Amino acid sequence: MSLNRRGFLGLTSGLAVVTLAGCGSGTTPASSAPRTGGRLRAAFAGGGAKEVLDPHLANLFVEAARSKAMFDKLADLGTDVSPQPRLAEKWEPNADLTRWRISLRQAAFHDGRPVRAQDVLASYARILDPNRAFRAKSSLALIDLANSRAVDDLTVEFVLKRPFGEFPNALAAFGAYIVPEGAEDFTKPVGSGAFRFVSFEPGRSVLLKRNPNYWEGAPLLDELEFVIANEESARTNALLGGQVEYAHDLTPTTARSNASGDRMTIHRSPNSAVQAFAMKVDRAPFDNRDLREAMFLLADRPQLVESVLAGSGQAGNDLFGKDYQHYAADLPQRQRDLDKAKFLIRKAGAEGLTVKLDTSAAAAGMVEAATVFADQVKGSGLTIEVVQGNKDSYWADTLKNGSLSSFRSGAMPIETHVAQRLLSGSGTNVTKWARPEFDALYEKAVSTSDPVARGEAYREMQRVLHAEGGYLMWGFADWIVGAKPNVGGISTAPANTLDWARFDKVWLG
Amino acid sequence: MSLASYTARRAALGLVQVLAVVTLVFFLVEALPGDAAVALAGDHPDPARIAQIRAAMGLDRPTLERFAEWLVGLPQLDFGVSLVSGRPVADFLFGAIGPTVALAGLTLVLLVPISVLVGVLAALREGSLLDRALTSISVALHSIPEFALAVVLIAVLGVQLAWLPPTAVGADLFAQPAVLVLPLVVLLARPICSISRLVRAGMIDALASEYVRHARRLGIGRTRVRFAHALPNALAPAVQQVARTTDWLLGGVIVVEAVFVIPGLGTVLVDSVAARDFPVVQGLAVVFAVTTVVVNLLADLVAFRLAPRAEVVA
Repeated sequence: MSLNRRGFLGLTSGLAVVTLAGCGSGTTPASSAPRTGGRLRAAFAGGGAKEVLDPHLANLFVEAARSKAMFDKLADLGTDVSPQPRLAEKWEPNADLTRWRISLRQAAFHDGRPVRAQDVLASYARILDPNRAFRAKSSLALIDLANSRAVDDLTVEFVLKRPFGEFPNALAAFGAYIVPEGAEDFTKPVGSGAFRFVSFEPGRSVLLKRNPNYWEGAPLLDELEFVIANEESARTNALLGGQVEYAHDLTPTTARSNASGDRMTIHRSPNSAVQAFAMKVDRAPFDNRDLREAMFLLADRPQLVESVLAGSGQAGNDLFGKDYQHYAADLPQRQRDLDKAKFLIRKAGAEGLTVKLDTSAAAAGMVEAATVFADQVKGSGLTIEVVQGNKDSYWADTLKNGSLSSFRSGAMPIETHVAQRLLSGSGTNVTKWARPEFDALYEKAVSTSDPVARGEAYREMQRVLHAEGGYLMWGFADWIVGAKPNVGGISTAPANTLDWARFDKVWLG
Repeated sequence: MSLASYTARRAALGLVQVLAVVTLVFFLVEALPGDAAVALAGDHPDPARIAQIRAAMGLDRPTLERFAEWLVGLPQLDFGVSLVSGRPVADFLFGAIGPTVALAGLTLVLLVPISVLVGVLAALREGSLLDRALTSISVALHSIPEFALAVVLIAVLGVQLAWLPPTAVGADLFAQPAVLVLPLVVLLARPICSISRLVRAGMIDALASEYVRHARRLGIGRTRVRFAHALPNALAPAVQQVARTTDWLLGGVIVVEAVFVIPGLGTVLVDSVAARDFPVVQGLAVVFAVTTVVVNLLADLVAFRLAPRAEVVA
């Protein structure tokens, strides 16, 4: 029932914009110079019962955006998804990369208390609590907390359980926010972020006001209000009707229809979400390397980008993290080659085989992509049967079952992608890629302090994955945000990075 | 059977019905694929993490134990706490009942007079141009699904002409009543037809009945015959339909809530089922079951008062 409703609402929001297409014309006025003041209302999809203000529990985009407004991490991800210092002013590892000395900058929580090394240790201790299940836990698990210490109020020394050159990535992990020591009650959260808490109505709105003492400079806005609108059509209508100034996560169709209007400006963040199909390499039929290569060659990537993403994206090359730090941009772009694919399918003895492709509405565009791809495979000797599963348990189901499934992922450093999904011991290894020699390459990349050796290890990992990995990464979707034309300072950094949904730099013209 | 003992018997039956619904809902939700831990883990379904979440939520305990624990709290109106956010379920219900009841109440306040008026007018002028016009318009409105009407109204009145707010996003419904206008129109569109048709049919039957003719023969005035004698009998069948409509409205009309961003019971239901947040789903089941029982009981009592000869003892 939910599917029908969503499907219909998607369709009808299209109708709504078609109705409007005639009424706007002319170019949007360039936003004027930065100005202070005003209240920005930002519409996000929410989770109702699920919503929380505890930044360590953040899970939804709206929770990530709110946490970011009220709290800071030690580091966060830059536009190339490499770690950038935040509350940490700098980090220095020892020679074998097992001890990291972090110098904190002068910053204060909203109640006036300074941010100290003890707060950092207490925050990480809370995340690593064995009885809890915070999202950042796996990223921070390599810290040997018992032996880490506060050198002084502004210096922390972390001891790691193993050498790890990418430790700053862990400091930037999703949800690794610094809260005051002893904080457990987040009904009125106190952080060190650019905005202070005012009020919260779960499932409806959160109101924040500017923190004049923010260490990076006070925000331009006086107030920031997050409001919840679960349906994309409702976010679009609220923006068009002047009820909000910022609408998060719009569809490519909405973007295309409103691009020329004067009621909203479309902001696209490229490389925000990778779109893929995951083949499990540990079982038939995709334990056959030739068949995986055939699949790579069957995908017509430009057509998928044009039809599924309505052009709001770029073709992928079966590698994660286009344009991110360490991305192997020099590997040749794969093109569709039906003849070679047919040959490889025959060689693999898979002619006449029917493969089930598991998909669901768990992420936008997955069902459409599966349908389009099934069509592209026709005539190759292979048949793909699209099977729609339950969206709420989709990711857990496809981690275990089936042999081919739709996949998407938001931005994260390439190192994190490998660590979480491509090592023998990875917790979310959906392609079941488990190779000792690949694990060794990863170990080499993260345990060397020589940047050249590290770069070579990353390139070699990506070369292997490009040649015979389990991920068919066909495209990178833009993240689409709509805003009133008078809203300035919206960054187009990939979703999940520091500058995404960063309201302390936004102003109302 | 006296009205009091009838009411007591129905209330006791209602209690059993509520318990049956709640039990059924618990096991149906339990049967859905995935649990709250899987739903929360989302696209990061690390089995180790899911196991930790499960333990943190207490989901590793036996199903029946959790259900029994929840049932024990129920008589004290303790609905438990949300698995995901840890907030009391009562808070969710309390927050969501406001918008739903406000919308349902306003809809009924407009619905009953309008549909009775339409039904009576059509019945009194049976077969006239007015009758046919009212019939055509109400049937036409009835044939448009809520979401289609909502989308068209939003696109035209909300966005293009900008006469009314297109959604209720972030708004306080009571401080900005303008946001309620479009949802009300959408909610009224279909029930007006079903109720006015019943009133019209009942009125035509009543006007043709023996007792109305007798009343006329006794020389009672035309207006009094129509409104004091015929109308109450004509309303009895419509009351049941009003009850069904009330029940529908109090369940939180999910489509209308989603399109207009009204954070009522329907929205909480969709969110909590998607999150497999059992205690919240259970709390909603109690609210919906109690509402249905109470509304139908009231409807039967009202129908009994309006037309005492009608058989109401189930």
